[in-house]
Amino acid sequence: MELSSAIAESFRLLFSFDAQLWTIIGVSLKVSLAALLFATPFAVALGFFLATVPFRGRRACVIVLQSFLSFPTVVVGLVLYVLLARSGPFGAWELLYTQEAMIIGQAIIAFPVLAAFTLTAVQGADRIVRETALSLGATKLRAALTTLFEVRFAVMAGLFNGFGRVISEVGCAMMVGGNIAGLTRSIPTAISLETAKGEFAQGIALGMVLIVLALGINAALNYFQGEGGMK
Amino acid sequence: MTTSLNARFFSVALRLATLGMLAGVQANAVELRLATTTSTEASGLLGAILPRFEKTTGIKVRVISVGTGQALKLGERGDVDVVMVHSRPDEDKFMAQGYGSVRRDVMYNDFIIVGPASDAADIKGLNDVSTALQRIARKQTRFVSRGDDSGTHKKELALWRAAGIAPKGNWYVQAGQGMGEVLAMAGNMRAYTLSDRGTFLAYRGRVGLEVIVSQVPGLFNPYGIMPVNPAKHPHVRHDAALKFTDWIVSPAGQNAIRSLKVDGQSLFTPGVPPTD
Repeated sequence: MELSSAIAESFRLLFSFDAQLWTIIGVSLKVSLAALLFATPFAVALGFFLATVPFRGRRACVIVLQSFLSFPTVVVGLVLYVLLARSGPFGAWELLYTQEAMIIGQAIIAFPVLAAFTLTAVQGADRIVRETALSLGATKLRAALTTLFEVRFAVMAGLFNGFGRVISEVGCAMMVGGNIAGLTRSIPTAISLETAKGEFAQGIALGMVLIVLALGINAALNYFQGEGGMK
Repeated sequence: MTTSLNARFFSVALRLATLGMLAGVQANAVELRLATTTSTEASGLLGAILPRFEKTTGIKVRVISVGTGQALKLGERGDVDVVMVHSRPDEDKFMAQGYGSVRRDVMYNDFIIVGPASDAADIKGLNDVSTALQRIARKQTRFVSRGDDSGTHKKELALWRAAGIAPKGNWYVQAGQGMGEVLAMAGNMRAYTLSDRGTFLAYRGRVGLEVIVSQVPGLFNPYGIMPVNPAKHPHVRHDAALKFTDWIVSPAGQNAIRSLKVDGQSLFTPGVPPTD
């Protein structure tokens, strides 16, 4: 009963171009994509570094990185909150309760996912690719890019995963964003609010919007992967 | 004579039977599900009074503390046996739709307008809420609204309405979060907000806000209790819910409420508020 009315409500919301809903979707997309854009270069570089450059303590670094995959997002939110709060060390920046704070939080959350996927991908790559590139006179950077291009689908998988983690994230977004209407209210924080209000149908409707959105984004990324992804 | 003796015997037997049933109830440890607002749980009220009720009746109370909206919804769906909330219009609607079997006044506390010591809107000590809100709106000093359909949020909206203002703009921040989070947010933003006194007392030391307007008409906050109507949901434990309702409005329950103090101040006053 409640589920069917929720489905009807989600379609009504989406196709009536409800301004509030589209603002929420906009905040979610902007924050998630900006966070990925931010985190990806550094995370991929770190993953590649850990996979290719041997040094003392590398194993420990890999273990720490992989442990961060299970780090609770509310703890990221809490630490960031303490740093950005007015009484905190970066309080003067007045970043708390802004989209920028949410982007920083989600970038931190996406980082270990992206780095760990890159690490595994590069470790599994054929070493000959990189060695051949180097022996053919490629610079180190060039050789690295060649290797990454070879394993691009696995790195892309990390990107899907990171996107999935940040678009659905509620704990950190709630703490540093503050769920402010029209400014920092994302789909998951809005769902949390609707649930607290007892508006279950509205909450489920928003949940379905999230699924539709994830489907759309993943389909688009998959399209750009081309045939290679299906091999 | 015989009739009266018979009647007497009958009444004693009835009492014994009732006692026996009560003992049976105690042995089985009936569980009562209470949906209530976060304010009663977070303030420590339930922790202070429920053990007394459980001791006298043997009924265990399971507390589900959520927003007023969700608490009423849980009652409407029969997911709980009794609800205790603080939003009179919603309570009246709940009763009118037949979801509650009876409604009783339990207690009240009061709302306060809190804000930064700098008091940019210059409203400290005003004895009229409408004037205070009008000044905040005119000077566009930041005001954080709960924005979560809670009892406190509804009260705030009613106060704006009474002041003849439809709050809108960058200065009016709709947080969509609980009271504690909103107090922290107001502290960080150096903004005003409306809070219940109990939650504010618990957070006062941490958020850097002070009481700006209080103890004036319009700011009292009455709580009501309503057992879920067994006619709507036959499976609810209506007897236990009624027992709890009767207890909380009895002298024992009311004294238990009065005895909860923070810094020497009672958080809740039993009974109905002075007319405001």
